[in-house]
Amino acid sequence: MNSSAVDNATSSGSASVPDSGMRDLRLLRIIRKQRFQDFIFHKITLSFSLIVLVSLVGILISLAIVAWPALHKFGIGFIWRVEWDIINEEFGAAIAIFGTLSSATIAILIAMPLSFGIALFLTETCPVWLRRPLGTAIELLAAVPSIIYGMFGLFIFAPLFAEYGQPAMQSTLGQMPIIGPLFGGATNGIGILAAGLILAFMILPFIAAVMRDVFEIVPPILRESAYGIGCTTWEVVRHIVLPYTQQGVIGGVMLGLGRALGETMAVTFVIGNSQRISASLFSPGTSIASTLANEFGEADDFHLATLFALGLLLFVITFVVLACAKILIIRTERAKGLKT
Amino acid sequence: MNQNLYRRRLLTNRIGIALSMMAMVLGLFVLLWILFVLFKNGFQALDWNMFFKSTPAPGSEGGGLANAIVGSLMMVGFATLVSTPIGILAGIYLAEFGDTSKTAEITRFMTDIMLSAPSIVLGLFVYAILVAQVKHFSGWAGTLALALIAIPVVLRTTENMLRLVPGSLREAAFALGAPRWKVTTMVTLRAAKSGVVTGVLLALARISGETAPLLFTALNNQFFTLDMGGPMANLPVVIFQFAMSPYDNWVRLAWGGALLITLTVLVLNILARVFFREKVSA
Amino acid sequence: MAKTQEQDPKIAIQIRNMNFFYGKFQGLKDINLDVMEHKVTAFIGPSGCGKSTLLRALNRMYSLYPGQRAEGEINFYGQNILEPKQDLNLLRARIGMVFQKPTPFPMSIYDNIAFGVRLYENLAKGEMDERVQWALTKTALWNEAKDKLNQSGLALSGGQQQRLCIARSVAVKPSVILLDEPTSALDPISTAKIEELVSELKSEYTVAIVTHNMQQAARVSDFTAYMYLGEMIEYGKTDQIFIKPQKQATEDYITGRFG
Repeated sequence: MNSSAVDNATSSGSASVPDSGMRDLRLLRIIRKQRFQDFIFHKITLSFSLIVLVSLVGILISLAIVAWPALHKFGIGFIWRVEWDIINEEFGAAIAIFGTLSSATIAILIAMPLSFGIALFLTETCPVWLRRPLGTAIELLAAVPSIIYGMFGLFIFAPLFAEYGQPAMQSTLGQMPIIGPLFGGATNGIGILAAGLILAFMILPFIAAVMRDVFEIVPPILRESAYGIGCTTWEVVRHIVLPYTQQGVIGGVMLGLGRALGETMAVTFVIGNSQRISASLFSPGTSIASTLANEFGEADDFHLATLFALGLLLFVITFVVLACAKILIIRTERAKGLKT
Repeated sequence: MNQNLYRRRLLTNRIGIALSMMAMVLGLFVLLWILFVLFKNGFQALDWNMFFKSTPAPGSEGGGLANAIVGSLMMVGFATLVSTPIGILAGIYLAEFGDTSKTAEITRFMTDIMLSAPSIVLGLFVYAILVAQVKHFSGWAGTLALALIAIPVVLRTTENMLRLVPGSLREAAFALGAPRWKVTTMVTLRAAKSGVVTGVLLALARISGETAPLLFTALNNQFFTLDMGGPMANLPVVIFQFAMSPYDNWVRLAWGGALLITLTVLVLNILARVFFREKVSA
Repeated sequence: MAKTQEQDPKIAIQIRNMNFFYGKFQGLKDINLDVMEHKVTAFIGPSGCGKSTLLRALNRMYSLYPGQRAEGEINFYGQNILEPKQDLNLLRARIGMVFQKPTPFPMSIYDNIAFGVRLYENLAKGEMDERVQWALTKTALWNEAKDKLNQSGLALSGGQQQRLCIARSVAVKPSVILLDEPTSALDPISTAKIEELVSELKSEYTVAIVTHNMQQAARVSDFTAYMYLGEMIEYGKTDQIFIKPQKQATEDYITGRFG
């Protein structure tokens, strides 16, 4: 077959006449227009990205500005002062920080193993036909507004906890040396432990969903090879799935922790909202977020500045936790040579 | 073969699996319990008055949630309108220009943090920049706070969905000589369309249930109003105030409102899922 | 197999001392090659030899990715396309490309083809209809697709999708078409159709094809370049390469002793 190059189907004015080069004026115009449009496109999307960035940085700055009177008066000592005297305007963040950290710690200690179990079940042992519905149920429950958890905690959980849970804990854990005092005091259902438990169940579906997702990205071939040499399910998870997904798992837990630290509604309903510090986890306390929610309405001037200082503190704490999570993830990914 | 070792391995395996099943059962039980309580109390509270009457004054009988429902709809609606284009455009930037740009890297980092950052802090922020300046709470302030929560959700979903589009599809569009903006808007974004819609729906669901930031921005209003310039009732804050109150009819309304927002959030989530599944099957 | 023409064919693309880098890694080493006008040139070689890299340098597809760069000269009808001032969009409109996997755009079959045409031409509806029909006819897809022009391109089978992608490239009337392993994801029947199509395309277009299938190279190409580890080992007329290769390495690869 001899190629006949003569019958070139190119119509006049198209881009295909090979040696017309770029001298064609019409093409030049199109190119210029395209370049301009691309330039605009880049700048528009860039500026929106900058808007987001600026507003986030703006949060830090504006909080600091409003909080300045309180920061100025108490200095760094604000963090460990325990006074909270609205009338004499003597404030310290220690109680709220203690409540925030302890309730979030309790929550994460309970939610982490449970959500690991759930993720393991959903990816490894669950019958296939149940995976979809159970997984969806978990995801939907992660979306339930936190105020619902708060109401549940106040109206349903706290009374039952006071009647059955706390006495049982007192008679067992409360008798043990060292940790005994943690479970002493009055058993009225609400308090730091109750807040931690409610928080645990609030972040549970969230962490479980993240863990399930990262477990699922393990290449089937890896899993199958492990089963192929006779590993049990547990061993596959322990030695293949977990190491492979380590960074995602840690990231998921840290994100859950971030949520728990900053959660307002689920905590405010059940923590008791009392500016006191006590050895017992049964006793009412307060967290930064619930202090804000409760006192903001009546606060003026200096009190308000103090609340903003608390808010700034909360932002910094969660920022550090979340940033650590992020950096950890990025670093592990780089070490593994994976891209996002 | 060492029989003892084998038996021990099997035992460990059984214990591990049993524990994981117990975790699943416990998790499901607690979560179903919460939903059961919510539905039981919520449906008992539901009646037509809830949709047609405004929130009752302290001590008075009856009343409904009409003002709060409308307020929530308006604020969530406007917040979605504001956050969707911002989130999508910024998401495009991160996906299309994000590999070489330092700005993109920092934005992505900050956005990831904002996704899980405490929403109450955003309320404080809006209070500081808007409420404190004009000296009164307003529906617009609430809208702004909600939009700030929604933007990171839309942004990151958009970016992720755009990145899921196979590189070869983008290359194919470039190979025809298309400029970048056309490749992005007509090919990549189109291919990721349902994913982006999913992101918007998820953001909508997220802000529908947000309470904390509204406390400092929209506050509450006992009366029915369409004026976004003044304090505005909204379901989450009403629920918060009523649930903690000593009045029985208030607590009842709180349960009714709680049911409403939960149903909304769940329906939005299911819709998002349907959209995303359509994409996967296509 | 195509016979060689009597007169010397014109050179469409002239590659001179071309080096290619992925960051610090050198992917191509000192490539020199002439792609002849209205001929099919095949690039063969084992995986990772750089044949796809070479193809993607010809329309500067690599420029989408930071860190990838080419040095030397690639003269496209006398113009060095590696120069920074080269407009990439226009270049790509004149040098089309078809990929390993079919890449139909998420739009109707009609729009898939019209998309590229609209970029550089302002056609009336009737003219556009004609162009779409012309492109689909050229790729032997018209009869199969004419009743579903408004359906999504994803509704076609894999082989049809790939022909749609070729039609899409053809529709913008480029002068060169690059095919990057266009049949590796297809069944034998679709593969045969595409190969037939390639042989027909060369009457109007210059074609460069990357393939890992030596028989395919022998069947469709006029010229063949054998590459190994980023270097051009041997380049010449396909008959010559397959019947009487000059280098031992080429012979080993072609006879299956290596690769």
